[in-house]
Amino acid sequence: MTTETRPVEARPLVTEPHPYIPLTPDDRAAMLATIGVASTDDLFTDIPAAYRNPSINIPDALTELELLDEMRTLAARNRTGSDYACFLGAGAYHHFRPSLIDPLVMRGEFLTSYTPYQPEVSQGTLQTIFEFQSLVCELTGMDVANAGMYDGASALAEACLMACAVTGRRRIAVSERVHPNWLAVVQGYAHGRDIGVDMMPHPAPGATFVLSDEHACLAVAQPDFYGRMSLDAASWGEAAHAAGALFLVAAEPISLGMYRPPSEYGADIVVAEGQSLGVSLSYGGPYVGLFACRNDYIRQMPGRIVGRTADLEGRTGYVLTLQTREQHIRRERATSNICTSQQLIALSASMYLAALGPRGLRRVAELCYEKAHYLADRIDELAGFRVERDEPFFHEFVVRPQKPPSEINRALIERRIIGGLDVSDAIHNRMLLCATELNTRVEIDALVEALAEVSR
Amino acid sequence: MTNLQSSTFNLQQPEPTLDARSHAGRIAVAMPHSDVPGAEAPPAELLRRDLRLPELSQLDVVRHYTRLSQLNWSIDTHMYPLGSCTMKLNPKVNDAIAAMPGFADAHPMQPAADVQGALAVVYGLQRTLAEITGMAETSLAPLAGAQGELAGVLVIKAYLESRGEKRTTILVPDSAHGTNPATASMAGFDVVAVKPQPDGDMDLDALRVALEEHGPTVAALMITLPSTLGLFDRNIVQIAEMVHAHGAQMYGDGANLNAMVGQVKPGDLGFDVMHINLHKTFSQPHGGGGPGAGPIVVKEHLIPFLPSPHVVVDADEDERWKMEDGSGSGRPSSIIHPPSSATYRLHDPERTIGRLGAFHGNFGVLLRAYAYISSLGPDGLRAMSEAAVLNANYVQARLRGAYDLAHDRTCMHEVLFSGRKQKAQGAKTLDIAKRMIDYGYHPPTIYFPLVVEEALMIEPTESETKETLDAFCEAMLQIAAEAETQPELLREAPHNAPLRRLDEATAARKPVLRW
Repeated sequence: MTTETRPVEARPLVTEPHPYIPLTPDDRAAMLATIGVASTDDLFTDIPAAYRNPSINIPDALTELELLDEMRTLAARNRTGSDYACFLGAGAYHHFRPSLIDPLVMRGEFLTSYTPYQPEVSQGTLQTIFEFQSLVCELTGMDVANAGMYDGASALAEACLMACAVTGRRRIAVSERVHPNWLAVVQGYAHGRDIGVDMMPHPAPGATFVLSDEHACLAVAQPDFYGRMSLDAASWGEAAHAAGALFLVAAEPISLGMYRPPSEYGADIVVAEGQSLGVSLSYGGPYVGLFACRNDYIRQMPGRIVGRTADLEGRTGYVLTLQTREQHIRRERATSNICTSQQLIALSASMYLAALGPRGLRRVAELCYEKAHYLADRIDELAGFRVERDEPFFHEFVVRPQKPPSEINRALIERRIIGGLDVSDAIHNRMLLCATELNTRVEIDALVEALAEVSR
Repeated sequence: MTNLQSSTFNLQQPEPTLDARSHAGRIAVAMPHSDVPGAEAPPAELLRRDLRLPELSQLDVVRHYTRLSQLNWSIDTHMYPLGSCTMKLNPKVNDAIAAMPGFADAHPMQPAADVQGALAVVYGLQRTLAEITGMAETSLAPLAGAQGELAGVLVIKAYLESRGEKRTTILVPDSAHGTNPATASMAGFDVVAVKPQPDGDMDLDALRVALEEHGPTVAALMITLPSTLGLFDRNIVQIAEMVHAHGAQMYGDGANLNAMVGQVKPGDLGFDVMHINLHKTFSQPHGGGGPGAGPIVVKEHLIPFLPSPHVVVDADEDERWKMEDGSGSGRPSSIIHPPSSATYRLHDPERTIGRLGAFHGNFGVLLRAYAYISSLGPDGLRAMSEAAVLNANYVQARLRGAYDLAHDRTCMHEVLFSGRKQKAQGAKTLDIAKRMIDYGYHPPTIYFPLVVEEALMIEPTESETKETLDAFCEAMLQIAAEAETQPELLREAPHNAPLRRLDEATAARKPVLRW
């Protein structure tokens, strides 16, 4: 044992009232008397004495006032899209968040409730999950959706495991154009279950993937990591089905405001990162993974599911359902160990879709498309830059500059611009740029001007 | 007047779905027109023909969600003594911090140099959790408790593989949370259950038999401390020695850490890896089922296998953790202000098990935990666990005459009753739970752990006042009296909730999962 012990102290540990711990010395004395012990130490005698009361070397408590001051100082050390023009995407997107979301989602009744195990007093959460499932179905075109996964990447990993359970096969095929971090997550989950992963080279336009009858699924991204929307997705789905595999599509929710849903080109399972639907970037999380599939596979679907039913008096109500798939019933034979649904984030996404409606979502998608294409057109006019246009793109595209992207980004940040992702480790000397509805023409023109200066 | 409808704020009236409220031609938030020249449209075959999303006015949306929120019970509105879930105060200042634009708008793919504030928080929390638990290092990558379990078990798997050991079995007490066996299975292990002895501690003979029977194939024991029975296993040190003697690892499920913080360090007791639920012990709001975060803390030998990414510092940051008053035994003045020389960056541990999510963990959750620990400090953390344990024992003392205890001994932060006496009187544990709703208390955890008949697990947390605990106990005593004299009152409960009991059987048999 390395930790120092210190003598047990009789005095209360906190001599001043603490806002989070309301018991007063009087309360404690009365309660100890009711229990029939002399001190709180008598409640900890099951812990071997030699290990009790270790020293904890962390700073002393801060009051709320002090804490806010310290955290503001730390927050100020980040350069973010709140003060900088942001052209960085790559799986997390800087979008407008309607003002109604925060006050509604932060209502204590939503924020501080638990998983709705007692439906009579959790109808708010349960109905919002039912609505989220419905909205995800509408967006993706699929039959059923669950209440949400940890994020898009883990949703794809779970979809791959589900495909293995559905087909009884133990190899999966994943397009190399899926987000590299998502690929890494898929590989980790697959390794746990001893499932083989084949990284599939992207077929040339007009060609398709080559699968074997060992593959449980083909997983692709549309748009792919580089922002491209392929015209061949339907033939990929056919190739998967011809091999007896499921066709998994990782979609981008905003893009679904204008592009056809994966259900129309053969998808069996659709997953997506829900962050772009009104969720803060928050340095990478918490986000929510969308997960939808065809009706046939409901009972192999991981995660929480809410169904509509009625109470004793026939009034409509909602409950957690199909729970025999889940870990708290089925234990080691469960479809997954997942035990949460990122409910609050899913709620934000639902509010976003409810606020924008079909017209608003389509407008956001079109704004993203138009601004990204305007930016690409302007960059094409610059000497020393080339936009890669071998396939159509949505709101992200690859640029080949003459100078290293890292050098360009360093120059941009000095001009209060967050540049694109440096993807040079995947494709030599390339940058992945993104534009959304938040990028004004003034910002876009400023970026183009800055790029011109940088390359001179 | 037959078509007269009650106003939307009549609690007995169901709230229509967004779809049912929808009316073509409305919108709640308008988006601007484009300020750039129009681009050539994408190929028509890529485009969507129709999109059926609800169309609502702004007031419709605001009322819909406000109204739905009112159908929920929560910590902010009700005592919520859900065993094993640690429904404590969720301080509002933590939400305010997470919403600061410098944090909320930080993009996860920004270069490290531009997000030093965020990385300082992650680094500080890594160090803090390791210090609190007596472990060597922390990974904040896992996105939830169950994913922390998976990460912890995969770390063990990778460690054993690196030593050329093929161990395929994980021992799990049969009182464990369902995620434990489900996780072991997801990581490719076989699960062997170990039974407790009647006093609630692990049966050492059963453990010895299991270890000997499965011998060199045992990779780990997954154990929750305090156990899911609300008890601190008095043989924990001996258990760890037995497990280690067989070359296996000690995995700790930190779901119940709230009882131990500052009282004892799991690392000192022999745990090799443990996951922590920031949404339990460290006050992240549960949000109706997420988001949470499930960091893992590990001993030195497991550090190389930690998930990716991990935050490291380039300056000699460790110096800051040594005592600044010169005595060598105290604490640093601040984990908040890093020395100006420090530069934080993301790092892939050399033999990492890989990524668990697209980015770096649930940063918004990490911020809240960091703020919470900073608000309590070492003495506050110790006072927190002490009050949590005192409150649970107080509830035990006040209710022990009315309800059977699963184990008659000092409990930790939660107390486990059995409703078997009331069941014999005609009211099951489910009925007791539903009757509590009529009294204005959220029901406790019921029918878990599975090994206790008619289980009723109460975790008051440190946040409640003695007045609230007393009122709660009075209600529980009243319900016990009702069970004796008029059990039908319990069987038909709740009587005062927005809805009566729901038909779960039909919901599962004929699933209606969308509008």
